[in-house]
Order: sequence, then structure tokens, then C-alpha cells
Amino acid sequence: MITLTNINKTFKIAKRQAGFGRAVKALFSREYTLIRALNDVSFSIADGEMVGYIGPNGAGKSTTIKIMCGILTPDRGECVIDGRTPWRNRVAHVREIGVVFGQRSQLWWDVPIIDSFELIRDIYKTDAKTYQNSLDELTALLDLSELLKTPARSLSLGQRMRCEIAASLIHNPKILFLDEPTIGLDAVSKIAVRQFIKKLNAERGTTVILTTHDMQDIEALTRRILLIGKGRILLDGSLDELKKRSTERKTLVVEYIGNAPVLCEGMTPCETREGRVVITLDPVILSVSDAITRLAAQVSLTDVSVLDVSAEEMVAGLYKEYEI
Amino acid sequence: MKQYFSLFRIRFINGLQYRAAAFAGLTTQFAWGFMEILAFSAFYRANPAAFPMEFSQLVSYVWIQQAFLALFMPWGVGGNAVEAIVSGNIVYDLARPMDIYNRWFFETIADRVSRATLRCAPILMVAFILPPSFRMALPSNLWQLSMFLISAVSAMCVVTVYCLLDYMSAFYTMSRYSAIFVILADFLAGGVLPIPFFPAPFRKVVELLPFAAMQNMPLRIYSGNISGTDAVRGIGLQLFWLAVMLIFGKWLMKRSLKRTVTQGG
Repeated sequence: MITLTNINKTFKIAKRQAGFGRAVKALFSREYTLIRALNDVSFSIADGEMVGYIGPNGAGKSTTIKIMCGILTPDRGECVIDGRTPWRNRVAHVREIGVVFGQRSQLWWDVPIIDSFELIRDIYKTDAKTYQNSLDELTALLDLSELLKTPARSLSLGQRMRCEIAASLIHNPKILFLDEPTIGLDAVSKIAVRQFIKKLNAERGTTVILTTHDMQDIEALTRRILLIGKGRILLDGSLDELKKRSTERKTLVVEYIGNAPVLCEGMTPCETREGRVVITLDPVILSVSDAITRLAAQVSLTDVSVLDVSAEEMVAGLYKEYEI
Repeated sequence: MKQYFSLFRIRFINGLQYRAAAFAGLTTQFAWGFMEILAFSAFYRANPAAFPMEFSQLVSYVWIQQAFLALFMPWGVGGNAVEAIVSGNIVYDLARPMDIYNRWFFETIADRVSRATLRCAPILMVAFILPPSFRMALPSNLWQLSMFLISAVSAMCVVTVYCLLDYMSAFYTMSRYSAIFVILADFLAGGVLPIPFFPAPFRKVVELLPFAAMQNMPLRIYSGNISGTDAVRGIGLQLFWLAVMLIFGKWLMKRSLKRTVTQGG
């Protein structure tokens, strides 16, 4: 169980203007800007949940993750994870969690992957049997058997990311934090990573908190979304709810044989040509099935497709709506 | 303890694979050792009375220093720690159930030992078969040898806790280089010139500084320049500075981590 209550974090950043004269001036007096990275962030996540944490760059996602990992100390507020305050009992806390920072590496660059894994085993004091089971399982699921004897420096990004994820799970953590785990990966590797995370959550019951800019990650993995912007939690809900909320309108693409149909109230044409019409539909006035019935009564339909907004558009819409 | 041993092991394996670096280091240390001894022998021939150490002591001092350079040098080891701080990769170190200070300490020691292992044997072998006046001697007795061993381990620990302070300065400077720190330490530890060669009043002060607790002590004990109760007192000084810098270092680490900010991703 993870509970955050009114977490605040401010960073002090030295400001420097361009140019030589100002650079010299900055040697003597510095200006600082205060950046409120987190502003009263509160939420709670139950055991076994899988949560997508989204927001534009600089919104405070990584800061929140780092606070939950005990790496950063917030200025104010409380964070309790399974009864522990991360930054107060860092060592005890991190033993129970796993974390992947997609833009960094935890593997030893010059030694074979398996040596890194064994070091991690010893750091977490995982017993031999648990380690072997864990390793076998991870090797099978992430297809690592070919990679274990290779040094990290000779792996491709996708191969390395699979090893990174495995490295974070060797000690069988109850909670897994993934900070942009699919960044820079190709489609095949992304799918492999997603499937693995899904399986992990289903089989081990691991709580997964995932930050990403890839909406396909969110769509494939999480039912719950936390949207953060400018240091505030703006939305907390399921992906479906958000979709409903952000789209009153649906788009209907109709192909037909016959004369152009007469559109009734609630339908707005946005593209018409011989045999094809694209209609924006307001479902409050007219339901999709009613609309199709009306159209079918007038022409012979050859193809009808109803387009929903994609998660991508939805999030872009949300960012716009909240001006973040 | 097992975790530190594993860390030591991986760091050791890591260090052993850089053969070219070891070979290059070896060449440098031979060249440096010879140059130093030749220069000192010129001074010695000019006026043996003005020479503050016996020449044979100086020869042993130089060869042991060159053979075990990696154990005692205040620079160039444990670059990982500074890199972790500057690049922000320290987030992964912090996400481990381990004390970071201890971790860096053991990693740096492992680094030193692995490098010294690769380099000491050839230098010692050659130093023992050189013509008599340039030949390295064994300590005069078993007592002196055991004092040397204790003092060598202490010196390695002292220089390592000093290096850790140096790494931690990167929390504040965000720089990969800290040249003044290490050059000063090297000079005052007798890395360039043995401390007996320092002018008298200056020397009295230097002998009490933490730097005198670094390579100065084991090298002079080995060569017989410091012996008997002076050696015991010297080791006492080493342990004193070790304790002081260790406590200060742990405190500084705690303080630094509290205000650490890791930016970007």
C-alpha cells in the first residue's frame, strides 16, 4: 500500500543569463529560481495495482518516483509505503522495491550480465534458491539466455533494457517502479517488455508504477492513470473514464452506394465526396446506433467505422485543457 | 559483509581486465623509480652528510612506493563514485539496500588492490636483482616487517577515506576534477619527496598532518627510517586520522545526500 499526502518539493536552480559579462557577474552574485516540482501531491495505490503515471516533461513524474524510492527527501508531506517512510528508512525500504530508470544503467559496463546479477543478489542478500528460481523465470520470460554471458557494453538498447528490468526483479520486490522503461526501444522490444510487465503483475501480484510518454504503454498496461502537470495531480481515474470525459464527440466514416444521405440533428459533415462521408457525431443528441439506423434507412451502407480518440490524442487534449 | 565482498570481487575482476593499462603503468613506474633513484644518488654523491636518510633506505622507499603505487596514491581511483554523482547515476546506488559510504570505500580499496596485484610483482622482482647500490632490501627483522604490513593497511585506509571526502566534494562542485586536493595530498604524504627531505620547521608540522599518515608511514617503516616505538607511535597517528576522517566523511555523506537533487529522468 502506497500513500502520499501533500508531498511538496521545491528545487533551487542557479540562473545564469547568456553572455560573457553576465557570466562574470554570476561569479559574484547568483540569482536563484525556485521551481516547485511537486505541489501538494496526494494519492494512494493499493497492493497489486498497475498505475500509469503520465504528464509532460518536467511535470514532476521522476521527482515523485525518486521520493517514493527514498532517493529524494521532500520539503513537506508524508509518504508511507507498506508502513515505511522511504527517505527515513532508505535501506530497509529499498530492499522491498525494484526500480528501473530507463535512461540510466545499473549494469556493470565491462563485465558479463550474469556477474552484475550475482552482485545484485549479494547486495540484496537473496538466498541461493530464490535467486535461481528468479533467474530461471526471468531468463525464460525475457529471453535472456543468450545475453547472460555478454558484457553490458556489447548489448543493443533493447537487449540491455530487458537485462535492466530483470536486474530490478532478481530480489523479488513487491513494488516495481518503472521510469520510462520503453524509451528508445523498437516495436518488438516494446511489446516484449509490456507483455512481461503484464505477466509479472498478474502472476507475482507485483504492484507496478509506470511513467511513460508512450501512450501505447498506458493502453496496453494500465487501467488506472494519474495525470500530473506543473507539480499537481490533475486527474486520477481509469483510462476508459478519461476517454469518455475527454471526448464528447465520435467520428463516423461511412461508405455507401446511392444518393448522398440527408443528415439530421447531431451529425455534422466534415468531409463529403461521392460514396463516402465523414461525420462528427454528438452522442448526447444522437447515439451511434441511432445514427447508423438513420443512415441505413436512406442509403445502402458498404462500410461504417466509428473512430474513438486514441490515448495519444486524449492526452494531448488533456495537456491542452489543463494548460500544462 | 558478503555484499561488500561481492562488490570487492566484481571490482577486482573489472580491474584485472585492463591489461594494457597495467602494462603502461608498469613502464611508467619503472621509469619513474629509476629516475628518482638516479637523481637522489647524484645529490648523495655531492654531499652524503646533508642527506637526511641513508641512501639504502631511500632506495627501498622508492621501490616499495613504485611497486604499491596503486595502494597509496590519492588520485585516479574510484572514478565511478564521482561519475555517479556528476552524471546522476547515483540514483541507482541509492536504490540499493546498502550504505553508500561503505560501498565506495570497499570499491576503492578493491580498485587499489586489483591494480597493485597486476603491477607489484614485476617491479619487486626487478628491484631485488638490481646492482647492490640500487637494490631493494628486506626489512631488518620480522618486527619491522609486521609493523610495515599494519602500517600499509592503515595507510591505504587513510588515503581511501581522504579520497572519499574528495569524491563527496563533487556533490558541491559537480566537477570530475579536483586537482588541488590530490596534488597537495600527494606532496604532503611524501609522494614526490620523502618527508625527511622537507626543511626542518615545515617538516615538524607536516609530520603531524593526516597526509603523513598515508604512504609516508609504511614506506619509512619498511626502509627502516622509522623503527621501534616510533613506528608504533606512527601507526597510532594513522589510526587517529583514520577515525577523524571516517567520522567526518560519514557525517558529510549524510548531509550531502539530504540535499542531493537528481535532475532529468
